[in-house]
Amino acid sequence: MTGAASPAEDTDFFAPEVQGETKVRKFNINFGPQHPAAHGVLRMVLELDGEVVERVDPHIGLLHRGTEKLMEARPYQQTIPYFDRLDYVCPMNQEHAYVLALERLMGVEVPIRGQLIRVLYDEIGRILNHILNVTTQAMDVGALTPPLWGFEEREKLMGFYERASGARMHANYYRVGGVRQDLPPELVEDIAYWCTKVPRVFDDIEKLITGNRIFKQRNVDIGKVTKEEAQAWGFSGVMVRGSGIAWDLRRSQPYACYDDMEFDVPLGVHGDCYDRYLCRMEEMRQSVKIMAQCCERLMKTPGPAINTDNKIAAPKRGEMKRSMESLIHHFKLFTEGYRTPPGEVYAAVEAPKGEFGVYLVSDGTNRPYRCKIRAPSFAFLQAMDWMSRGHMLADVSAILGSLDIVFGEIDR
Amino acid sequence: MSWPQPLPMLEKLGQEIVANAAGAITGYEVMYGEVNLTAQPNRIVEALTNLRDHPDFRFSILIDICGADYPERERRFDVVYHLLSMTRNLRCRVKIQADEDTAVASVTSVYPSADWYERETFDMYGVFFEGHPDLRRILTDYGFHGHPLRKDFPMTGYVEVRYDDELKRVVYEPVKSVEWRNWDFLSPWEGAEPGYAPLVPGDEKAIPAAGPPSAAAGSKP
Repeated sequence: MTGAASPAEDTDFFAPEVQGETKVRKFNINFGPQHPAAHGVLRMVLELDGEVVERVDPHIGLLHRGTEKLMEARPYQQTIPYFDRLDYVCPMNQEHAYVLALERLMGVEVPIRGQLIRVLYDEIGRILNHILNVTTQAMDVGALTPPLWGFEEREKLMGFYERASGARMHANYYRVGGVRQDLPPELVEDIAYWCTKVPRVFDDIEKLITGNRIFKQRNVDIGKVTKEEAQAWGFSGVMVRGSGIAWDLRRSQPYACYDDMEFDVPLGVHGDCYDRYLCRMEEMRQSVKIMAQCCERLMKTPGPAINTDNKIAAPKRGEMKRSMESLIHHFKLFTEGYRTPPGEVYAAVEAPKGEFGVYLVSDGTNRPYRCKIRAPSFAFLQAMDWMSRGHMLADVSAILGSLDIVFGEIDR
Repeated sequence: MSWPQPLPMLEKLGQEIVANAAGAITGYEVMYGEVNLTAQPNRIVEALTNLRDHPDFRFSILIDICGADYPERERRFDVVYHLLSMTRNLRCRVKIQADEDTAVASVTSVYPSADWYERETFDMYGVFFEGHPDLRRILTDYGFHGHPLRKDFPMTGYVEVRYDDELKRVVYEPVKSVEWRNWDFLSPWEGAEPGYAPLVPGDEKAIPAAGPPSAAAGSKP
């Protein structure tokens, strides 16, 4: 404005012609399929009003490999590796759900040492997952150092995977009746040693993120989920615990030897992205506690790590050299495999992301008739639409990061 | 509450659910420590609403919806609903039968999370859900034909894609690079026990006791 000292009395600054100039234009944005904050191959069509998100339409299936169809054509033992490739951030937790389903069908017992090893590696998987999620969520909102610090620990954990199973990620380690081979005592000692050292790393990461102003600005009160919403949308895992529902399958429906373990289940209060982050940090510390208990018991508990019934568990290599019966068992197991009685079971484990379930229909042959994989992230991603509505565009990546999704298990 | 739950308790739960459903749920069965419920296809919304809201059950979470294909049946598909009650620490499974032509009522009004599960079931099996807000394909490719998890859908599919260097684009062609081989290692000379599937045609004559799978398996802990 120039000149006039006092404005005319009846000037209406919001007159129609002014409004006509600022015509609202809505944008449609393709978020992905290749976007560093999309955590994989996700294409999201965002409808924006200015910078406010009005609708999110995730297009999934870009990583669909037809796992369920492929499984219907293979003997049970050959289908275990498919589970490593679902949530490739914490492979063994998925295998656990599958072997639990098979064990329940066939009525197979797991020796205590096998259960301890499973629990130990489940918790390693949980830390693998939470480190990745927490640090990349920090990266999504602008921090670069946390992933560098966190991935060093992930690397060590993958080393433990390798020393147990021979593979850093796609372990194929769990078997019906136990685990493929026993852990060497040095490995148990090394894991126990790692458990004493790692809390310092968590302290360092927390020092970087928890009180960080930018991290709080981007995450506090973003993506709020109430208790009712969490149930209506079928959430599980950290997504319900962040909202204050005390629900953890390790506690409420314990499997393996979780009911012997001492640990706490951290709960959030507000149900926002920040509380979920805090839950994950605390869960990692609890996992270390469980791992330390497992290591201690493993050192004191000798015994077989897998059921000794050679009709379902492969005989040892050494036995095969000497015993004809073992050789026959081996041949039968690796050609025909084992058969399950007909029926259907649903087995679920508390995977790091939430409830990972396997619904298995058997018709009495050596292959699954139908295997439905219930992935926790699938339910989370479909909630992306209502969780993002009314938020800013920049919040989309923060919400996506705190949902903790991996496309291997969503697309299957 | 202890887990897994004792079988008598599950039996009692099954009886209570059937008694409270006013006919929408017709039967129950306890197998492998789980409660299987059979519902009437046209009353599935009523059945699930009752399971969700009844103070004795409170199945507030829909874990999963999936299909299963039994081509030899007249109504070839099963639609399976898995429910979870956090307050009572219970699980149950509700099954209905469907076919290719008749639509099943969508339960998105009962559980909002049913949205994608129903889309997936439609995509994989071609079961239609009436009243679903947006029944599109979800996992398969844009413009995909067929329903891949049906038993009569070939493992290799019908089309394969490759990048054509001359056309400078991705082209779709009929499958020719893969030959699907179905290795069948099931030994036919053993294991023809009652309850297991007959291995070769004619086996059912040898075992008079073998009934349909579900009847013979009985309840196992």
